[in-house]
Amino acid sequence: MTALRRIISTDHRIIGIQYLLLALTSVAIGTTLSLVMRIHLVWPNWRLPLYGPILPEDYLALVTIHGTIMLFFVLTTAPQAGFSNLVLPAQIGARRMAFPAANAASFWLTAAALVVLSSSTFVPGGAPISGWTAYPPLSAVPSAGPGQGAGMDFWLASLALFAIASTISSINTLVTIIRLRCEGMTWERLPLTVWGWFTAALLSVIAFSVLLAAILLLFCDRHAGTSFFLPAGDLVNGVLHTVHGKGGGSPLLWLHLFWFFGHPEVYIAILPGLGVTSMLLANFSFRRVFAYRTMIVTTLMIGFLGILLWGHHMFVAGLNPFAASAFSISTMAIALPASAKVLSWLATTWRSRPSYKTPMLFSLGFVSLFIAGGLTGPILAQPILDEYLHNTFFVVAHFHLIMAMAAIFGLYAATYYWFPLMTGRLMSEVLGRWHFWLTLIGAYATFVPMHLAGLAGEPRHYAQLTGVPNAAGVMLARLVPLNRFITYSALFLATAQLLFLWNLARSLRRGSPASSNPWLATTLEWHPALNPFGQAAPDEPLAVHRSPCQYEITPSGELFLPQWAPDTLADTTGEVTFDTKPE
Amino acid sequence: MPAIITPNKTDQDRKRHLEDHDNGAGRRPPTDKRTGGGGDNDNWSGGPSRRGPHERLNRYRMGIFFALASDLMFFVAIVSTFFVNQSTGHIDAYNHYINDWFPTTIPPILWLNTAVLLISSATMEFARRTMFQENDVMDEWLGLGKPITRRAIPWLSATIALGLLFLAGQWTAWKQLALQGVFFKTSQSSHFFYLITGVHAFHLFLGIAGLIAAFVGLYVSRQLENRQILVDCAAWYWHTMGILWIFLFTLLVFFQ
Repeated sequence: MTALRRIISTDHRIIGIQYLLLALTSVAIGTTLSLVMRIHLVWPNWRLPLYGPILPEDYLALVTIHGTIMLFFVLTTAPQAGFSNLVLPAQIGARRMAFPAANAASFWLTAAALVVLSSSTFVPGGAPISGWTAYPPLSAVPSAGPGQGAGMDFWLASLALFAIASTISSINTLVTIIRLRCEGMTWERLPLTVWGWFTAALLSVIAFSVLLAAILLLFCDRHAGTSFFLPAGDLVNGVLHTVHGKGGGSPLLWLHLFWFFGHPEVYIAILPGLGVTSMLLANFSFRRVFAYRTMIVTTLMIGFLGILLWGHHMFVAGLNPFAASAFSISTMAIALPASAKVLSWLATTWRSRPSYKTPMLFSLGFVSLFIAGGLTGPILAQPILDEYLHNTFFVVAHFHLIMAMAAIFGLYAATYYWFPLMTGRLMSEVLGRWHFWLTLIGAYATFVPMHLAGLAGEPRHYAQLTGVPNAAGVMLARLVPLNRFITYSALFLATAQLLFLWNLARSLRRGSPASSNPWLATTLEWHPALNPFGQAAPDEPLAVHRSPCQYEITPSGELFLPQWAPDTLADTTGEVTFDTKPE
Repeated sequence: MPAIITPNKTDQDRKRHLEDHDNGAGRRPPTDKRTGGGGDNDNWSGGPSRRGPHERLNRYRMGIFFALASDLMFFVAIVSTFFVNQSTGHIDAYNHYINDWFPTTIPPILWLNTAVLLISSATMEFARRTMFQENDVMDEWLGLGKPITRRAIPWLSATIALGLLFLAGQWTAWKQLALQGVFFKTSQSSHFFYLITGVHAFHLFLGIAGLIAAFVGLYVSRQLENRQILVDCAAWYWHTMGILWIFLFTLLVFFQ
């Protein structure tokens, strides 16, 4: 019973670590799948050990499960649920989340969703082949391909579970932030990480239930004989599909519903990373965050614009051209808040003599990848350019740089930064530095050449580049050397992550013990009374006296003022003094 | 009556939650008192309603409101699908553009069901308000009987009964349609009729489960505040489903 209670815990820190372990498992699976894809692309005759040759449908199944696992179980769970459970309550001066039981329930639902998704590989027909976007009619008609029968049903069930779990978890996050802030923690004083989680949670509450509705409709199309997404006279594998009566639905409708969820989902993955980067750059530069209020506003603006631009995924899908213009404008509008963020990061670090600890390096890496990946965004936002680039490797390169790599760099920064709060120890700096540089090189070496392959015309979701007839075959054959380079880089990138795993395992037991505030941070999660490895004082009342990241030298000679340090009369920081009582 | 009145033993032995601003003064349960002005010390910190007896209630209320907002988006998605499919046609073999949307006739019993659901919302509101009547709350908190719980139970039972009646009425409506040969897969508009009423009925089923949980909680839960929260959250969920039904019913009757 006690063992069970230790596993099914309602303690937010344990749940946070459970989420992170789940994400670590998922990222290992997802990376392995991507390596199998890369290897198959350049050596098509390679036989997967214990399995055999990789057929085209296997390749598509790999694409589907790689995308689903990475997007949902890594990029959504780790930043939004993992780290938020770990440090969010402490950062706002609370000692728990608002609904601990619901929190545990949402973790176990997520875990169940992962199990259901993984088991889709082992049902007859195998995993689904319609990609993580599951466009109908491919996803609506079981006879459309292997994996579209039972595998697709498992996929739908898994995502339904995940949607419910994420909604519960984001309601918990929102109520915690709104209701459980401690004395003096006003909205302007909330760390930007908390603003990132807040905005992402708002997006989750809006978006995931739309996904759930879409899944329900698709499920009805598959099993109840409806035709929400199936047009009349639908030819599937050369056979007129008549099971669904007269038809009359529209596959475009799924695209609208899915991307209304899918694009906010992308921002759910990156918003916490934006917040972490702002806070870490300020922390290690010993500066205030440049234009703090503007950063709050831009976070909310990115969230708001994020729900208005789903149509840019549908430029070539038969969208009304006028609608395409509108979506193009709203998409390019997001460059404004995003550039404001980049400017703030640069201004915060500019000539600041930062301390180049590993978390700082990864935050700088985040900035670099965010710029590099972001620059291709406005290109793809043009309907006319997208006509050519849609479904090429250019798109793959774009979202892997800005979403996958940038978000992963944010996660690494957060892991190195908050590791002391998980274990009471610091991670190795030497290994961390090697890990950073090798990962940075690997990331650029893998994904920058993909832009070139895409510009040359290499499409996504092609199981092989050789053996294609006509001029297209000549074009693809010419791209084989470039693809071989990408595969080598991907293998290099994946191998470099072993350093991280080694660092993790080593620091867990033999890392140097961390002091209660090893990075001279100003936010509340480093408050001595909240330190789980120090003298945690569960009864000490918490109060906040200023906004985060105050690093000026005060008249009384302190280098930095944490949010919890009470004002003395000598320190006039320009703010209204909240509490003049000495501690 | 003793000279010194102390709260129930069960209320004293609770684990203290400092972050709930439980300063050891006993944490009074929330009431419907609206005094304001000087001398009202219910707002323990003097701040804008983050603290005080309403704190935990408001937290759960906010949770249920966010959940309902999310649920609203679920219905928004389905209703927009309804409008899109309604206006979508196709081109037949003779190159004619055809929009073969035939509205499903609404069984008249749905009007009756709507009335039942509205009445159930009213009874639920009576149950909810009963839980916060100040004098009775104080009596019950101090251990002088269970006046509010006793008075809320009939209203809550009435709501459960009316809710079940509504579900039975929806079932009858489906049966009537089925007798006319209109099934889920019959036409585009029947897809939506069954989907919308079915999904709403499922939500009401969950709502009835919540009402029954509140009913059981009124007997089982030893803490007055828990009983209040259970009834309050169940009530807000129930009201929202009622309002949602008015919208969905209007959609099915007038906008098909």
